[in-house]
Amino acid sequence: MDIEVKMTVNGKAVSGKVEARTLLVQFIREHLRMTGTHVGCDTTQCGCCVVHVDGVAMKSCTMLAVQAEGKAITTIEGLAGPDGELHPMQQAFRDHHGLQCGFCTPGMVMMGVDIANRLPGADEKTVRHQLEGNICRCTGYQGIVEAIMDASAVMNAARS
Amino acid sequence: MHNFNYHRAADVADASGKLTSLEDPKILAGGMTLLPTLKNRLAAPSDLIDLAAIADLKGVSVEGDEVVVRAMTPHAVVAASAEVQKALPALAQLAGNIGDPAVRHRGTIGGSVANSDPAADYPAGCVGLDATIVTNKRKIAADDFFLGLFETALEEGEVITSVRFKIPTRAHYMKFRHPASGYAVVGVMVAQYGSKARVAVTGAGPCVFRLSEMEAALEKSFAPSSIANIKVSAEQLMGDIHCSAEYRAHLITVYARRAVEAMV
Amino acid sequence: MGEFGIGQPVRRKEDVRLLTGGGEFTDDINLEAQVYAAFVRSPHANAKISAIDTLAARSMDGVIAVYTGQDLVDAGVGLLINDANYTNRNGKPMHKPTRQVMPVAQTRFVGEVLAMVVAETPAQARDAAEAVEIDYDVLPAIASTAHALDEGAPLVWPEHGENLVVHWEYGDKDDVEAKLAAAHTRVRVDLVNNRLIVSPMEPRSASAEYDAASGSLTVYTPSQGGRRLQMMLARGLLKMAPEKVRIISRDTGGGFGIRSKMYPETVMVAFAARALGRPVKWRGDRSETFVSDYHGRDQINVAEMGLDASGRASVLKVETLLNVGAYLSENGVRLPMEGGGRIIPCMYDIPDFYFSVKPMFTNTICTDTYRGAGRPEANFIMERLMDAGAKALGMSREDIRRRNFITEAQMPYKTHLGFTLDSGDFDGTMQMALDAADWTGFEARRAESASRGKLRGVGLATFIEGAGSRPVEGMRMRFEENGDVTLFAGTYSHGQGHETVYAQLVNEFLGVDFDKVHLIDGDTATSPETSNGTFGSRSSMVGGMGVKRASEAVIAKGRKIAAHLLQTEAERVVFENGVFRAQSSSVTLAEVATASRDASKMPEGMALGLDESVVFENDVENFPNGAHVCELEIDPETGILEILNYVAVDDCGVILNPFIVHGQVYGGVMQGVGQALTENVVYDASGQLLSASYMDYGMPRAAHMPMMEALFNVVPAKTNELGVKGAGEAGACGAPPAILSAVGDALSHIGVSHIDMPLTPEKVWRAIQEASAVKAA
Repeated sequence: MDIEVKMTVNGKAVSGKVEARTLLVQFIREHLRMTGTHVGCDTTQCGCCVVHVDGVAMKSCTMLAVQAEGKAITTIEGLAGPDGELHPMQQAFRDHHGLQCGFCTPGMVMMGVDIANRLPGADEKTVRHQLEGNICRCTGYQGIVEAIMDASAVMNAARS
Repeated sequence: MHNFNYHRAADVADASGKLTSLEDPKILAGGMTLLPTLKNRLAAPSDLIDLAAIADLKGVSVEGDEVVVRAMTPHAVVAASAEVQKALPALAQLAGNIGDPAVRHRGTIGGSVANSDPAADYPAGCVGLDATIVTNKRKIAADDFFLGLFETALEEGEVITSVRFKIPTRAHYMKFRHPASGYAVVGVMVAQYGSKARVAVTGAGPCVFRLSEMEAALEKSFAPSSIANIKVSAEQLMGDIHCSAEYRAHLITVYARRAVEAMV
Repeated sequence: MGEFGIGQPVRRKEDVRLLTGGGEFTDDINLEAQVYAAFVRSPHANAKISAIDTLAARSMDGVIAVYTGQDLVDAGVGLLINDANYTNRNGKPMHKPTRQVMPVAQTRFVGEVLAMVVAETPAQARDAAEAVEIDYDVLPAIASTAHALDEGAPLVWPEHGENLVVHWEYGDKDDVEAKLAAAHTRVRVDLVNNRLIVSPMEPRSASAEYDAASGSLTVYTPSQGGRRLQMMLARGLLKMAPEKVRIISRDTGGGFGIRSKMYPETVMVAFAARALGRPVKWRGDRSETFVSDYHGRDQINVAEMGLDASGRASVLKVETLLNVGAYLSENGVRLPMEGGGRIIPCMYDIPDFYFSVKPMFTNTICTDTYRGAGRPEANFIMERLMDAGAKALGMSREDIRRRNFITEAQMPYKTHLGFTLDSGDFDGTMQMALDAADWTGFEARRAESASRGKLRGVGLATFIEGAGSRPVEGMRMRFEENGDVTLFAGTYSHGQGHETVYAQLVNEFLGVDFDKVHLIDGDTATSPETSNGTFGSRSSMVGGMGVKRASEAVIAKGRKIAAHLLQTEAERVVFENGVFRAQSSSVTLAEVATASRDASKMPEGMALGLDESVVFENDVENFPNGAHVCELEIDPETGILEILNYVAVDDCGVILNPFIVHGQVYGGVMQGVGQALTENVVYDASGQLLSASYMDYGMPRAAHMPMMEALFNVVPAKTNELGVKGAGEAGACGAPPAILSAVGDALSHIGVSHIDMPLTPEKVWRAIQEASAVKAA
């Protein structure tokens, strides 16, 4: 029995009919056909599917689409400016070689923004521990950690 | 996962009613354990009853000598709460080290407590901080709540509404994270309540348990040396491919002592 | 040349797309009217299949088809093959069992695909897969590398009579034994090279569509280059003309060796698409990839080395057990010999060598190439031996290495099994690492840690690699009307940044704007005929040289056209910075390209166009090498280990893009850290995989490392004109021995002499406990 869901995704109102068991990530990828959000595991460990729900990072593989009813979702597609200008976090990932194959990247970037929002000026150790739920197999994390620290400073400066 | 019927409970009474009337229902709180279980087809409930829409199940407050955490409060909120950090920093610290940031944004205290996962952190917090589990029907002392592996005192139709932690003189939580999952291999909450002490251990046994020998020793003298040589038997403890029961037993003593060291 | 040429830290072209959700991974591709596959996998490690009942599944909602192994036999689908050919010394050939895509009579590992369901939705396919009923006659199983050759062990292939695939040997065992016995000092190491889940972050997946009108099949799949997959699928498996099979990999989420292989699921998706006439899609769950992606490593090595009093090693014996799994994968069985063996004794000049390799079958998924593919194992053996030698002789770890290094004066240096090392400053590279890590100042830091109750250790490992195997690769260069240049490569970038590096090379050689160079790879319809793909750290050399050769051909032709346009002799025309000059007159490459399309502007008889298609062919690999220093601290009470400092000095030859090469080093080191500290595949005695998800398999996380320092000692390779040496696998070679060396340093003075990877806290704690108990006794 299908259920009607409504939410906003990257500022746009969307709706769809889903099975109760449809995960948020399935709704985003398969119904909305926005494929930037990835699925890398089935045990809520890897973080490839991280999106923002009402402004905070969540794993969209461990949330039902119906649980996102009425929520504001931001995915990797919604981060850059309208003219395509990269978000400071995206820019920093590029500047610090924070990605190689690019598969974990959307989740990493979304988590990076979340870390920068919650913990402005977090030191290296803190950033590394905050990445507990995001796995990267390519980069050794070095560029990712540098990028998050760098972008965090840029975002912080922009806020003040 | 298998399909199910989804219900958004309007209030606790509604949730409780559905729990008793439906075929094989389950409460959906944060879903951090339930949804992966369903995804791997290890369970197939007929109905999920989502508590997220019930407004009065959210939030934390300090009421007298208690910190009250409502059932649907995510771990991140507990960790970041200035009130909790001030009144019961050990609880904020415990909550801030559950899982990972994204999990902490969704996972809730009610879900964690109701599940009685042997490796969850909150059970050590509840027992160590002499908490009361409040449901729609009654109040249950944490000591009487956790009965075994994934087994609690909750009865049919019973829904956790809040957990009330007794504010200790001082307390500290130490955790050895599982190298893969991040769950507690050993988590020890040590708390001092005036002349009384509590030592609660999660991760190591089938469910959270207290160490009365350590508690007695700390009640005599609240110092690291009081418990440094108290050995824990590995007999009732769990072992897995990462950490044997014997190693867990050893870690309990070390972590309990270090928790005390952090306080004195 | 300039900010985009060779050696510049150019930001990657790939990044904007991948950072904004614009990547196109296989699961991101949706085909019109696609249907979905789900697989039924064996729950048993060894069992006869007595019956498969698909009736219930077929009648379920949305189910379109259910296939079993018998359907493939009936349809004439071929076998998954292995073309290795080793023989025992007595002349008996290796045992090569056949492998069906889906076995009909018996399953030999947990997770093996036994049936496939195709349905209208993924959930329906999954539901129906659960309803396929298989009757098994369960047999005893063997998973253990240490015990598969034991008398009475369950046999994976009973008709073969033993689990041994082949006993392969090199050298004179008796002579080497005698020399070891006569040596002044003899050291021995017993090493487990732990089995690993390779775990690229994109789970394996495949989609296929078949056009009945043209009889052509298109398969979308992550890969490391599609040509070999195309040939295998077309010729061997589906019996189609290769030109009717197209393999497309747009973006691939990590490879690390296992993506270059043909898997049953890929064959099945292609088979079903052809049979049904509808596109079929499958995305593996991570839990499926744990049991069905090929695993890495899994060796047990016993090695002995004989040294004189000065620390000079002269004789070496290595005996290797290799777990290949239940079947022979494409490359697994080769790794000790062709992967690691060819480089042993690594950086050291040791004249006498006996090498014994016993690959064995077990009831597990196959092992195959994983980052380094035999070289990390080989270097691990040699580095542990050197540390053992240093300890036995009371020498420093750097001195014993220095004494045994192959020197530049000895190069070209032929290794026992056939590599010829061309270049390398092993001593200088090691010294750089020691200096950067403040090796000589370590004791003060050890004392400081001791004052906090911690055991500090510093470790050293040097290593050498053979990179760029099968050094033959095509490259096409096309000039577009707008002046852009498009490269068509058979190498395939799945994280390595080829789009960027090749554009740098075109910029360097032809002066074309970096932004105007494009790369098309990952598509057998457009890639050069001669194409092997990307693996074994080969693309910098074979792809880079392909770009160079194509550029040279363009310049040669362009010079003739320019001479014609400038009305001079071709010999008088020089090409520089994208411009052909003859004295005071000049014409740009873009103008030449435009002219080349116009017969009236071309020299008589010259073919139109400036496009080139070349094949770079080399007869040798290149030999990246390096030295890593790791410093760490152990909490003796818990066994918890923390890496405090890590220095990697790599000789990757000429660096094309330091930004990207650093990334390769960081990533490789982290995989080595994973192997050394957290990663381990565990099967129980019945062959069930216990480390079957990220809940139980410890992936290295960001917090496992501090910021590391990566430096280069550039010694250009002499085996290729670019001077490059492959960078991809070096880190994974250096990190495990460097970490073990550091742990040995931290613990040896309290009596710990041996500890196996992964160094879990419990293992470290136990080693300390046992040593303390011995001391106390």
